[in-house]
This record gives sequence, C-alpha cells and structure tokens, in this order.
Amino acid sequence: MCLAIPGKIIEIDSKKEHATVDYGEGTKRKANITLVDVKVGDYVLVHAGFAIQVLDEKEAKETLKLFREMLSMEGT
Amino acid sequence: MFSLKDKKLAEDVVSRIEKLDVNLKFMHVCGTHQDTLVKHGLDALLKKCGIEIGQGPGCPVCVTTTKEIEEMLLLAKKGITVTTFGDMMRVPGEKYSLQSMKAEGCDVRTVYGIEDAVSIAEKNKDRDVVFMAVGFETTAPTTASVLLKNPPCNFSVLSCHRLIPPALKAILDMGEIKINGLIEPGHVSTIIGTKPYKFISKEYHVPQVVAGFEPLDLLMGVWMLVEQIEHGAAFVQNEYTRAVHEEGNVKAKKVIDEVFEPNDKKWRGFPIIPQSSLGPKGRFDEYNALKKYEDELKEMKDKEFKEPKGCMCGELLRGLLSPQECPLFGTLCKPDSPVGPCMVSTEGSCNIEYRYKK
Repeated sequence: MCLAIPGKIIEIDSKKEHATVDYGEGTKRKANITLVDVKVGDYVLVHAGFAIQVLDEKEAKETLKLFREMLSMEGT
Repeated sequence: MFSLKDKKLAEDVVSRIEKLDVNLKFMHVCGTHQDTLVKHGLDALLKKCGIEIGQGPGCPVCVTTTKEIEEMLLLAKKGITVTTFGDMMRVPGEKYSLQSMKAEGCDVRTVYGIEDAVSIAEKNKDRDVVFMAVGFETTAPTTASVLLKNPPCNFSVLSCHRLIPPALKAILDMGEIKINGLIEPGHVSTIIGTKPYKFISKEYHVPQVVAGFEPLDLLMGVWMLVEQIEHGAAFVQNEYTRAVHEEGNVKAKKVIDEVFEPNDKKWRGFPIIPQSSLGPKGRFDEYNALKKYEDELKEMKDKEFKEPKGCMCGELLRGLLSPQECPLFGTLCKPDSPVGPCMVSTEGSCNIEYRYKK
C-alpha cells in the first residue's frame, strides 16, 4: 500500500498536472505531479498514481560515501 | 536509477553488530520494509546477531477494521459502485469480501489510485461511485488533492486513512512488548518528514531511524539504532536522505490539512487510538460517504464485529507474535484462502512470510 516506485519524468502535460514517468524496462505511465515541483529529467517516487517526492540525485550518489565514512569513524 | 549496493559495506555492518553481542528488539511499521527483510534473509541474519525485527501495525489494509469493510459491502449491496485498491478486495468481512460480493453481482472495481475511481464516476454519471480510501500519510494527500479539485457529485470517499505516529504512541503506551528501537517508514516520512517522530524519542527514550527500502538501507538503519543504544542516546535519525527531508513534502502536508481533520479511530487489533485517522472536514460532507450515505449505513452504527475465528492478526499487528507462531499460518490460512488480512495483503507479514519461506 505504501509502496512507491521510482521513475524518471520524461514529459509534462500542458496543464502541468500530469507527467509521463519512465520506470525502466519499457514501462511508462502517467502520474499526477501536483504534489511536487518537478521538471523533465527529475527522478520521483510514485505512489497510487501520484508523484509524492523528488529523489535527490546528489544525496543518492553520496549515500554510500556517507555510510562508509560513518563506519570508518566508528571503527577508529 | 540509483542503486545502493556495496557487498563489503553490508558485510562490514553485519560483522560489527555481531561483535557487539547485543540482545535487542526493533519494530518497523512498513510492509515494504518487511518484504526487503524477508526476501533478502536479513531477518534471519540479524536474529543470529541478537536483533529481532518485527512488523507492527504497518500495513494499512491489515489495520482497516471489519466494520469499515462491512460498510463498503453494505454500500455495494445497495447498488452503489464500490472502488478500492487491489489489496483490499480479498480481505474477509464477517461473511463476504469485496471480491466475493463482486461474484454475487455487485459492482465492485479495483483501481490503481483515486484518479481512476474519479474517472469511473465521470464515465458513469447515472451511478454513485464510492472510493474506499485506505492508506497512511503516504496516500492521504492523493485523496485530499482529488477532493480539492471538485470531483463529480456522484463521487465520494470512505476515508480509512490512518496516521503512523499516534499508533506508535499507542503501542508504547500499551507496553505489551519490549521495543529497543523503531525503524520508521520511508514513504510515510517522505510526506510527514522526521519531526512528528521526535516526541517518541523524547518521551519514551526510544531511538528511531527513518530508513529506505534497499537491503543496505535497512542494515544501515539497524546499525544507526545499535549505535544510538550503545551510546545511551535516543533521537530521530534519517538514513533515507535521498527521499526524506526534515520538513517532509510541504505541498502534500498542506493539502492534507486543507481537507482532513484528525479523528479518534479503532485499528484492527487495537482499541480506539486517539487522533489516529483522517476524516474529511465539514465542508467536504458531499464527498464524505459516511455523511452522504448516513441513512443507508445507519444499521451499522453501533454494531460490533467479531474477528475471524482463530485469527491472530490483532496480536501480530501489535508485534506480540510472528506469522509462524500463529496456529493457522500455512495450514488453515494461506494466500489463496486467507482467514485474516495479514495473509491477504502483499504488505501483510503473513503474506510476505508465506511468499518467501513456504
């Protein structure tokens, strides 16, 4: 129920209420984007047909680095 | 797409926890967390390291009460088109489920989200259409944003939306089980942020980590909890920084506040939990199925409903036992012939346990 799937915004409708989201492997579906501020190319989490949050690409890339730092700090 | 994989890092976390020789019990409240834990064998792996993790009331379909299901069944029986998420369809009421009611000829339809239900109402102006809005804070803004857009007058919602922080408080207040740490649900937290959990660490001295859904997210979440405990600390930490911010989704919170107000509500397996649900505010009465069909639902008002015989979903949702400890698990209760909701929903711990371990 609280499942949310990550996907990439590839096209935004003229009314700016819905966007086509690419979930990979050829799966594309419309999602309501009124709960988020997005542009084409952004990654979003989609739940029950609504984008509920924009994924922070920079944070995502740094997550592993952060985890490693956390562990090395604790190890010393 | 982002991928969070680092085998060495995962092994490192596990070996560090192992060395600490702990005996801890953690609770999470999310079916997707449970899926990751069981699918990747993390539950068993962590148990060997002295950490037991169980799912609490973190499955919206499972905590929806028999009474709410019976209300939808009654509306369907009275000729109203009833719509809901797929997971809700097979949850047994007293005698019927929405699916078996459909087989009896009632108009019951599965939808992917509330917008699909609205389009059914738009295409069938001669019919009344009700959407059974099940879900936590993740789903509530989707319902709210639709109600703000003036949907057709033949459309209404039976709000079964519930809130996670009051349920966590209820579990801790009941004091039935030891909880050394809480893993908070990532997707609920994308909406509410991290602040609404703070009172729990402050008042109950329980460490909390908001975690994502990849195996490494959960391992790091567990590690963060262990670290807090080792240092005698209790605060809210955010592991899922790529999706969760302290303030949450401000737009989504605003639409929730515009449309809903908190109400006291019974959860399956729990007594009434204060301020734990969201009901539409008065100005949305025309879209509130409980008001719109007050006369039709009158007979349900003070009716008490029994849980299915032998079903232990209530105890399971309070974290008192694991699926395998229920005598019905895998024998009388299976995904194709479920007795209780935890075996029906793909977010229910019995369904997850059966799928990966049976």
